[in-house]
Amino acid sequence: MTPTNDIFLPRLARRRRFGVIFSVVCAGMVVLAVAVLGVLLASLVQQGWRWLSWDFLSHFPSRLNPEKAGVKSALFGTLWLIGLTAAVSIPIGLAAAIYLHEYAQKSRLTRFIELNIANLAGVPSIVYGILGLAVFIRLFDLGRSVIAGALTLSLLILPVVIIAGREALAAVPDSIRQAAFALGATRWQTVRSHVLPAALPGMMTGVILALSRAIGEAAPLIMIGALTFIAFVPDGPMDVFTAMPIQIYNWCDEPDAIFQELAGAGIIVLLGLLLPMNAVAVGIRAWHQRRKAW
Amino acid sequence: MVMVSDTRSERQDEGISAPIAPPSVRQQVRLPRADVTETTIRAKRVTIRYGDFAAVRDVTLDIPDRQVTAIIGPSGCGKSTLLRAMNRMNDFIPTMSLSGTLTYRGVDIYASKSDAVDLRRRIGMVFQKPNPFPKTIFKNVAWGASINGFRGNLHELVERALRQAALWDEVKDKLNKSAFALSGGQQQRLCIARAVALQPDVILMDEPCSALDPIATAKIEDLIDELKALYTVVLVTHNMQQAARVSDLTAFMYMGELIEFDATDTIFTKPNQQRTQDYITGRFG
Repeated sequence: MTPTNDIFLPRLARRRRFGVIFSVVCAGMVVLAVAVLGVLLASLVQQGWRWLSWDFLSHFPSRLNPEKAGVKSALFGTLWLIGLTAAVSIPIGLAAAIYLHEYAQKSRLTRFIELNIANLAGVPSIVYGILGLAVFIRLFDLGRSVIAGALTLSLLILPVVIIAGREALAAVPDSIRQAAFALGATRWQTVRSHVLPAALPGMMTGVILALSRAIGEAAPLIMIGALTFIAFVPDGPMDVFTAMPIQIYNWCDEPDAIFQELAGAGIIVLLGLLLPMNAVAVGIRAWHQRRKAW
Repeated sequence: MVMVSDTRSERQDEGISAPIAPPSVRQQVRLPRADVTETTIRAKRVTIRYGDFAAVRDVTLDIPDRQVTAIIGPSGCGKSTLLRAMNRMNDFIPTMSLSGTLTYRGVDIYASKSDAVDLRRRIGMVFQKPNPFPKTIFKNVAWGASINGFRGNLHELVERALRQAALWDEVKDKLNKSAFALSGGQQQRLCIARAVALQPDVILMDEPCSALDPIATAKIEDLIDELKALYTVVLVTHNMQQAARVSDLTAFMYMGELIEFDATDTIFTKPNQQRTQDYITGRFG
């Protein structure tokens, strides 16, 4: 060992020990989280696996004949909902994010708006259900339709989409904007050619995660009166509908044990919808990480 | 449209066919200050504030045509602020305000009807850190021209710009590769090519070599020497040796004020002001 300077007390062993303890605690938390998830999945599969079949997907729900019950109406309702929600929330949310981040002057008003958007992202979803009931169903008289549900879900996820869009735009380095402006580009040319392409993967990730949140929401849909029992597929945006979480909730409420198993199978189908969406989001993020070079 | 005198277009043609001028030609271009007749950018009692803080105070100077003018001074002396005022890149800082007059070929840069977008096409800029677009080498050079409605042959334009930036031979086989595959020095020359492709009148350089190694720096300095045959170059640098090597005129700024502005030789051999003397001899800064 080299002679140590008296004014330093390195205590190397002690410092390293803290590091080891910290990493062990963190690893333990990972194991715990994964274990809980694993148990949950295992019990779901065990409960519902024997109902999973093409018939389960292609049959309508039935109270009298649970052996032949399926999720067709709920599955189609959810697909309708998500399609319409995406069509409404993506253009509005991303346009708002672009305006707030690229165009709006930094003022008290924009700060106030941004703060409120962040707060809205934390509002419980049932509140959006109440709002949807008051505005879309009562005021606009849309009835218990798919479009009313989609608009309500859009309201719910708009703050998340806007925040994700803003973060994606903020991650684009300012040096890129400056380079474009210095070449005599207008704001629109700068945003169109450089900022948006660089921010798009981040925006898409945010949008997909927001939509997967919307897929799992039951509370606001129940609030606006989505039907719990329906034996047909929506014909259009103005038709009544049900959705996967509502169907699952409905089955959980039935006393007969067979319905619990159906609920388990329904959850597996819902997860089957969610997982690919999240995988796409993760994939886009990974691809973007590799590609970006600043 | 670009304001081009006849002599300029001649020089430009010369530059197209023989982008790298032989040393003898370069010597001829280096005119002593007395022979300079035309002023490209003129600052008259310019004060630039960020909120209440005056970053540039009462600066008056004339940037002559087709010369390299260096602005030196310690960090925070206002040299970058002054440079960025010349193509209105400070506009993006909301608290910025400017008083006095800053003119480009007699036109008030900050007049309310002056168009910053049009101005920046004529007054290009190279930044401290190389900032190529995350696109191909070709698109990096071509983009500025295409968004400004360039109607000529893009491939010729890109080749000419890359030749002027002394980068053509290194990248001619990989024009469709990402600009990020280049080294830092090559990226900076790509940024110069990008600026040159717009055939600007003035090129502003904000410490263009501070992120580069000595060899890459030497290449950029050689390039600056060649560029001044075609363009007026304003170079902000904290590197006094660099100013001495490449500039014809040097402005020394300190605490937002212009202390001294003269031929580079004079500034570095017999400055008028004690503070200039102290700075260039390394007594502070």
